[in-house]
Amino acid sequence: MSLLARNRGNGPAADASGKAARPGGKDPRSAGEIGAERRRSRMGYWLILPGFAFMLLFFVLPVFSLLATSLYAKPPGADVGQFVPALQFGNYADVLGAYWQELLRSFAFALVATVAALLIGYPMAYLVAVRLRGRKLLQGILLVLIIAPFFTSFILRTQAWKQILADEGPVVAVLRAVALLPEDGRLTATAFAVVCGLTYNFLPFMTLPIYANLERLDTRLIEAGTDLYASPFQTFRTVTLPLSMPGVMAGTLLTFIPASGDYINAALLGNNQDTTMIGQVIDSRFFRVVDYPGASALSFVLMLAILALVILYVRRFGTKELL
Amino acid sequence: MPQRLPDDPRLRRLVSAQFSRRNVLMGAGGLTLAGLLAACGTGGSTTNSAAGGTPTPAADLSGSEKVVNWANWTLYLDYDDKAQTYPSLDAFSQASGIQANYSEDIDGNDTYFGKVQGQLAAGQDIGQDIITLTDWMAARLIRLGYTQELDLANIPNSANLLENLKNVDFDPGRKNSLTWQSGFAGIAWNKEAVPGGLRTVADLWQPELKGRVEVLDEMRDTMGLLMLDNGVDISGEWGSAEYDAALEVLSKQIADGQIRQVKGNSYKEDLISGDALAVIAWSGDITQLNFEEGDKWEFALPDAGGTLWSDNLMVPIGSPHKANAEALMDYYYDPKNAATVAAYVNYICPVEGAREAMEAIDPELVENPLIFPTEDFLANAHVLRTLSAEEETDFSDRFQKAIGN
Repeated sequence: MSLLARNRGNGPAADASGKAARPGGKDPRSAGEIGAERRRSRMGYWLILPGFAFMLLFFVLPVFSLLATSLYAKPPGADVGQFVPALQFGNYADVLGAYWQELLRSFAFALVATVAALLIGYPMAYLVAVRLRGRKLLQGILLVLIIAPFFTSFILRTQAWKQILADEGPVVAVLRAVALLPEDGRLTATAFAVVCGLTYNFLPFMTLPIYANLERLDTRLIEAGTDLYASPFQTFRTVTLPLSMPGVMAGTLLTFIPASGDYINAALLGNNQDTTMIGQVIDSRFFRVVDYPGASALSFVLMLAILALVILYVRRFGTKELL
Repeated sequence: MPQRLPDDPRLRRLVSAQFSRRNVLMGAGGLTLAGLLAACGTGGSTTNSAAGGTPTPAADLSGSEKVVNWANWTLYLDYDDKAQTYPSLDAFSQASGIQANYSEDIDGNDTYFGKVQGQLAAGQDIGQDIITLTDWMAARLIRLGYTQELDLANIPNSANLLENLKNVDFDPGRKNSLTWQSGFAGIAWNKEAVPGGLRTVADLWQPELKGRVEVLDEMRDTMGLLMLDNGVDISGEWGSAEYDAALEVLSKQIADGQIRQVKGNSYKEDLISGDALAVIAWSGDITQLNFEEGDKWEFALPDAGGTLWSDNLMVPIGSPHKANAEALMDYYYDPKNAATVAAYVNYICPVEGAREAMEAIDPELVENPLIFPTEDFLANAHVLRTLSAEEETDFSDRFQKAIGN
């Protein structure tokens, strides 16, 4: 696919200078034209400079600063918020010992939410991209609906969920009526609500990459599968799904990574016993306890853990396009 | 553009050595490393103060810059919805010729501290000339030397400060802070769901309320009420043992599922949705909720007592407009202006004489114990003693762990 893209990218440029196709001649381009091309290719480096500077300033430097802070020590008799530069690696052992459960829980919640989002998002993407292909208006409306949640703030939407799932709200009333929920059962302040919130909030990140991928799916391949007497499920498993793997990869990563670090959902929809996620702990260590080294160490561990998980995942299931 | 090098060979060598690319790069690398080691930590750290030095106050430019910037909490100053102005503040600007910029920048003591402490430790201007923070955070800032000493001669009206607020343990003689408003933390309940009402904090633990109780995530209020319920004098000498006993109650009620959630300001939404039927709450919130949502809730100080807290006006160390800030403080300590604010914000007014001034503004509010509390009412409200630095870190660490963080 990447090869294809490269050809496509170069196609128009080659056509524009057109004369290159003339048979028998040497490169007919003047020295000026060649110079212009060289300048263009050098231009590429200049164009990535702002992005590079941006990442250096807002990602690389903060990461180093985070690392430095995570090793600070509290001198005896220091006041709140006072630390001295040091190499106190024990900070990592301390926070890991105290908060490994919250760390594992965050990944577990994020994993469940990612799988749920995949199960919900894939059919949605398939419907819009494949089933409705050619029906531009309907596709457009459905795509807008998929993106629509982004038009309101993340926190407001989660707050709305609280009202919908509230004890006196419609969902609980129905679930109680059909005895799916005991009389004194509830939905808010439970792990279930937190995972639902995560799934909902990151669903577009799952749906859109899969849509973008399925949109280019050649439906003649599905027809071919049917011609070869494959059942719809077999066709899906051996043709559609493998072809859409890049979209699935992108979608799962875009859902899993922010979901593991999220703390809004757990803070609003969770309780104070068994739903705390690592983002909440970092927030509480940083602002409430004013333990900057501890908060930094936890952030760093979270980053490294996510990086490790992503590498494992891409190694195991990854497609060439992503590597 | 290449720089023309000097003709003298020795000079030439010196200059070119100075600017060779490798040197420049190494210099930059060295700078970065030095920067790292010297504490470029997130949230700015504090080599400066840890080394024993405290930041020094900025020079006062009030004479030439007629400006004062004030950071406050939301809904904490009289506001005209239609004109979208703060009438009393505009009146101040007109009378004094000092332009007052008001911002609702503060949404939590902890978060605000996290935001500005790096700059304060370095003695920098945080862009605010008055900040408004609660007692315990005011205590921390004053202890750390992050505030400027007020010149009370510039604030003659400060004599109007209520007698019981004049000498607080974190700022004897009010050298660095003046009270803005005060309020209570107590218990509140849904009148329909709890028709009998509640009298003590222990009443929150009755089986009928299981899973419908919420308490504040503000450690001093929740723990203060729990300790009062255990018979502890929270203004007096109490220590780790008393704190532990109260924390045990909290942990047990969370583990048993009696307490649904531990929350900041958002407990109000849960009262509205009905998820929470009884809560530990702030007085002003309940007044405001009853006003907006119909008279559904009741607030009371528990029999064993509630907590009394105040928010305090302070001039941060890097502010270059201290005299302007003092002029603004003086203006709001005028009883008439204080009453104007109190009529809007519904919190306890700290200014002597404001009660009389209120007669002219809204006679009904004169008898409101949540704005002008009687001696009896005040006798049941207690200020949690100021904690030492070690206690502050230790207690909030344990509280955060107990509430699942």
